[in-house]
Formats: sequence, structure tokens, C-alpha cells
Amino acid sequence: MIVRILGDGQYELDEAAAERLGQLDVELNTALEAGDEGTFDAVLAMLVEAVRSTGSRLGTDRIVPSGLTLPHEGATLGEVAELLNSSDADQTAG
Amino acid sequence: MGVMKRLTNIVQAKANKVLDKAEDPRETLDLSYEKQLEQLQQVRRGLADVATAKKRIELQAQQLQQAATKLQDQARQAVTQNREDLATQALTRREGIAGQLAGLKTQHDQLAQQQERLEATTQQLQARVEAFRTQKETLKASYTAAEAQTKIGEAVSGISESMSDTGLAMTRAQDKIAQMQARAGAVDELLASGTLTDLSGSSDPLQAELDKASSSGAVELQLAQLKSELATPDAPSGELGAGAEEPVDGEVVPDAAASSATAGSIPAPGASPADPFSLDGPGAPS
Repeated sequence: MIVRILGDGQYELDEAAAERLGQLDVELNTALEAGDEGTFDAVLAMLVEAVRSTGSRLGTDRIVPSGLTLPHEGATLGEVAELLNSSDADQTAG
Repeated sequence: MGVMKRLTNIVQAKANKVLDKAEDPRETLDLSYEKQLEQLQQVRRGLADVATAKKRIELQAQQLQQAATKLQDQARQAVTQNREDLATQALTRREGIAGQLAGLKTQHDQLAQQQERLEATTQQLQARVEAFRTQKETLKASYTAAEAQTKIGEAVSGISESMSDTGLAMTRAQDKIAQMQARAGAVDELLASGTLTDLSGSSDPLQAELDKASSSGAVELQLAQLKSELATPDAPSGELGAGAEEPVDGEVVPDAAASSATAGSIPAPGASPADPFSLDGPGAPS
């Protein structure tokens, strides 16, 4: 599984590691929808750390699309919500 | 659907907009390469913009420091002339400057962070463009094989996604610059309004009254310190003397007044603090 951290790059993770990310992702989504900034920041930091520690960084010679994408490190709940919403609007408009 | 999958869909949807796919996949490869070179130029320009914005903030901080020093001198001068109203006005403006400096520091830090990230982005982009250039020729040469066609599709999607990510990084940097420019405009106005240029009493009396009314406790404390310093020139600065509560009247010895005025008009060489974004208190030893 290829995971991109926005503003950082791509990492390759094995399936077990990717599954653990899935669990954290559910928590991130819950925090996002509840508007819980404290939990959101903490879970995002854990996700970024998990990808970096369990994945291997993809070299620039491998040019492939990602299966999953994480917001840039330190992104706020507001920034991520805006990114998700503005792009939804883009898609319906275009 | 989780956040990560939604985000992937969004980044890839943006990626498809970045690159209108041509009919022949081989053309798409060349088109991608051209777009990447364009983007590399854009990121380099973005990097220059961030550096310029940072420089502007540093210059403004210097100007604010100078204005604060001048206001401090003017407050001192006003006290020797028994013009407490003007001294209050000068110290109130000086307090405002301290607030502006704190805001500038925050923005300076944010821009420095953006600069660091864009520098890393530029380096990665450059390496990727180089790798892509080699790969696309190999893929074009073996285009007739079905496998190569799949690989072309993958390479184009992958590179578009990277370009979409770089585009987002640029947007974040531009947002920070826009925020900085809004504040810089406000600081320019503050600097243009100047320090108190005329202490002879021609300033708007209403404004002086307003400033007095809104002057914070900090300003009153600074005023008391100044008066105490000038009333007892030998007392250690920052310590309120017994005379602090009594109005300074004509009893100030001419020598002391003259030397204070002279000392105040020439900033001491070591007077400017090491941190360009903070002000020394008026009672700080010089």
C-alpha cells in the first residue's frame, strides 16, 4: 500500500501496517466530524508518525499513484475540513 | 469513508485537472514533463516571494524598534517639560508598537517554516522531474507492449498526484504571504502616522484626551517610573522612589534635565535589544 503525506512524499507500507492506519483513520474522522481539535491534532500526529516509522520512503524514481493520503503534518482541523469541502464543491461545479 | 481515502480522491481529482490527458499516451508523457518544468519554475518563484515577505517583516521590525526608541525619548522629554499628557500619549503609542512586534514575530516564524517546506518541495520536485525525463523515453520506446501502456497510465497518474500535492503546498505558502501582507499594510500605516513630532502642544487635544483615557496600567506605571528616574537621577532605574507619587514640579535641577535630554536624544550603541521582535522596558538599565 502506497501512502502519501501531503507536503512530504510517499511511503510504502505492508498490509498489517496499513490496517492499523485504518483504525486511526476512523478516530480521525470522528474527531473531524465532532469538531474536536485536540483529538484531531493528536490522532493526526500519530498517523504521520506511524507512516514514517512503519513505511519505507519511496524513491523519486518510482512514479506511482497513492492508495491513501494524509494531510500535511501539523494541519489543523479547519484546514482539513476546508480542503475536503472546497474540493467537494469543485467536483459538483466542474 | 475515512479521511485518508476522501483526501486521496480529492488530490487525484485535482491531479486530473492539472493534466488534460491527450489521446496518445506518449503525448501525455511529454505534456506531463512540460507541466512539471513549469511547476518547478513556479515553486522557485514562490520561494523567492516567501524570502521577500520575510525580509519585509524584518525591515518593519527594525523601523518599529526605532520608532519605539524615539517615543521613549519623547516621553522622557515631555516629563522634563511637565507635559504628562504628551508623555502618556508617547508611552501609549510605544505600547501599541510592542503589540505589533509580537504579531510580526509570529508571522516571521510561520514564513520561515513555509520557506523550509518549499525548499524541501523544490528539491524533491527537481529529483522527480529528472527521473521522469529518463523514464518517459524508455516507456515511449517500448510503447507497443501492452504492459508499457499500463505503466504509462500509472506514471502519469503518479506524477499528476505529485504535482497536485506541490500545488497545495504553494497555496499554503501564498496564504501565509497574504496574511503577512495584510498586517504589513497596517504596520506601514502606523509608521506613517509617525511618532509625536511636535511636543509644543499643537497636537489634537481631543486625541490626547482619548489616549489618556485609554492608556493602560502599563503606561501609567512606565510614566511613574520615568518621573521617578528624572526626579532622582541617581536612584537605580526601575525602582520607584519616594517622589514617584508626587508631581514633578519646577524643582528639577537644570543640570539633570539637560543631561537627561541629551542622553535621551542619542540612543546608546548597545541600546537595541538582541531580539528584534521585543522591546526593552523603559526602566531597563542602559
